[in-house]
Amino acid sequence: MRESAGERWARRVVLTVLALFVLVPLYAMVSSAAKPLQDVQGVFTWIPTHPTAQAFVDMWSTVPLGRYLVNSLLVSSVAAVISVAIAILAAFAVSRYRFRGRQLFSVTVLSTQMFPGILFLLPLFLLFVNLDNTLGTSLYASRTGLIITYLTFSLPFSIWMLVGYFDSIPRELDEAAAVDGAGPMRTLFRVILPTAVPGIVAVTVYAFMTAWGEVLFASVMTDENSRTIAVGLKGYSTQSQVYWNQVMAASLVVSVPVVAGFLALQRYFVAGLTAGAVK
Amino acid sequence: MSSSVVERSAGQRRTLPGGPPPRRRRRPSLPYLLLIPALVLELGVHIVPMLVGIWMSLLELTQFHIRDWSTAPFVGWENYRVTLDVDSAAGKELLHSFWVTIVYTVISVALSWVIGVTAAVFTQRPFRGRAFLRALFLTPYALPAFAAVIIWTFMFQRDNGLINHVLVEQLHLVDEPPFWLIGPNSIVAVIVVTVWKLWPFAFLCLMAGLQNVPTELYEAAAIDGAGFWRRLRSVTLPMLRPVNRVVLLVLFLWTFNDFTTPYVLFGGSAPREADLVSVHIYKSSFVTWNFGTGSAMSVALLAFLLVVTAVYLLITNRRRFDA
Repeated sequence: MRESAGERWARRVVLTVLALFVLVPLYAMVSSAAKPLQDVQGVFTWIPTHPTAQAFVDMWSTVPLGRYLVNSLLVSSVAAVISVAIAILAAFAVSRYRFRGRQLFSVTVLSTQMFPGILFLLPLFLLFVNLDNTLGTSLYASRTGLIITYLTFSLPFSIWMLVGYFDSIPRELDEAAAVDGAGPMRTLFRVILPTAVPGIVAVTVYAFMTAWGEVLFASVMTDENSRTIAVGLKGYSTQSQVYWNQVMAASLVVSVPVVAGFLALQRYFVAGLTAGAVK
Repeated sequence: MSSSVVERSAGQRRTLPGGPPPRRRRRPSLPYLLLIPALVLELGVHIVPMLVGIWMSLLELTQFHIRDWSTAPFVGWENYRVTLDVDSAAGKELLHSFWVTIVYTVISVALSWVIGVTAAVFTQRPFRGRAFLRALFLTPYALPAFAAVIIWTFMFQRDNGLINHVLVEQLHLVDEPPFWLIGPNSIVAVIVVTVWKLWPFAFLCLMAGLQNVPTELYEAAAIDGAGFWRRLRSVTLPMLRPVNRVVLLVLFLWTFNDFTTPYVLFGGSAPREADLVSVHIYKSSFVTWNFGTGSAMSVALLAFLLVVTAVYLLITNRRRFDA
């Protein structure tokens, strides 16, 4: 089937416009990060007239960015790993077994995705504060509290995508393993997991991204010591001025690893979505 | 989903000597054991807090009772009466915020979907640079949401932003640089940012959906002399219907509940014209420290979303059987 000339031109024009729409903000971030403070406070210029990497140096001392980064890294990686481990077990059950409540479980877990975050935030805030008072634990304003909260955020989508992935692994492999005397857990770890590695990596990255970018709970459930970068970047706007060049530099630094990870794995996301969403 | 039970019949077939004795007993408890961690967490962080939230909405939970909420007096429907009464000041503000959110959500979702479909259709056919374009298009989705919004906050600055530089100094479309983050333009600003972040997700899902459309359908349509629009209307869009059903719902719920975009864009103090309901509830809870009314508003919001979702699923389900 050939593409007509009109279609080809329409395609070129539309895709160019879309590419510009995506690129301009990214360019604004990169180019502004390379400007000195006076230049980002004056009228916008497309080309940095005094290119400098000073913002990338200053950003570490204007706000405790290092501490925020460590907090974010810690919270996001621990939450991602635990959440994926739990999702693997649940997805294995849903994919390989028929049991009473299977449908109910899937629907309940997925539907928690639609609840407004603020609905849990207020009670969770109260629960954490009151637990601290009565039990002496410290979940409120702690990284542990944040980890527990975040790992449930990515759980529904992770389960859903892994079920899609596991379903696409032929059952004959399970049966072959069973013939060799492998029990269900052995089948999961020796047969299914190795086959599903791309899917598991993709889901881990997704869980990491979810925690990395979360703002609502982080803005309430953290203090100066446990603050994550998602809310920490606010520190660059002070009463008197906003360090826009440093904001852009910091945004760039905290975005590059996640974007690179996502783009490297995007085809596994597409595969997972194809398996999951299209049914 | 047509998975079958993993029958534990393998043990009976096994003839290898020396292994553990074959277990004939099926273990119906295993799937439940596997689900326990997920269930405990979902219960602990979502279901229980939600029930607690419903209970809170019936209490007079002001700052005096937050440290020890068992002392908060039970007030029944009082919080709902105060917040949902459209004749009271608080009720009027909530209703206003609700309408702003509806307008914002519908426009953002519609635009994101249209752009997503367009991009997915135009990148369906292989061409040079397609992989690069796809990666580029997905970047706004991969970018942490707060970073994406901060970039736009900078671009929307009145005196040193990119948008006004282009509008005023380069294109000379307006004489006076407009304000984007306060006043009536703020709703436009928040929609633009949302669409920028959101359309790649629609694109990603629709791209995945298009891979399931058999090429024979297009070939058959071309033989019948169908042009671009005809193929789009009679082949592509009908084949995408199952994906659309899910994608539109997810986009709607995400956008409606989105907190990051308005919160980061307006720095916590949203202008009245863009007073989205998530920030509205957040502000009225944490500024006045009245968690009772905040919970009542959240519960009302949840009820609304449940009704919308149920109606949507019913309607799209019926249409699916009609088709």
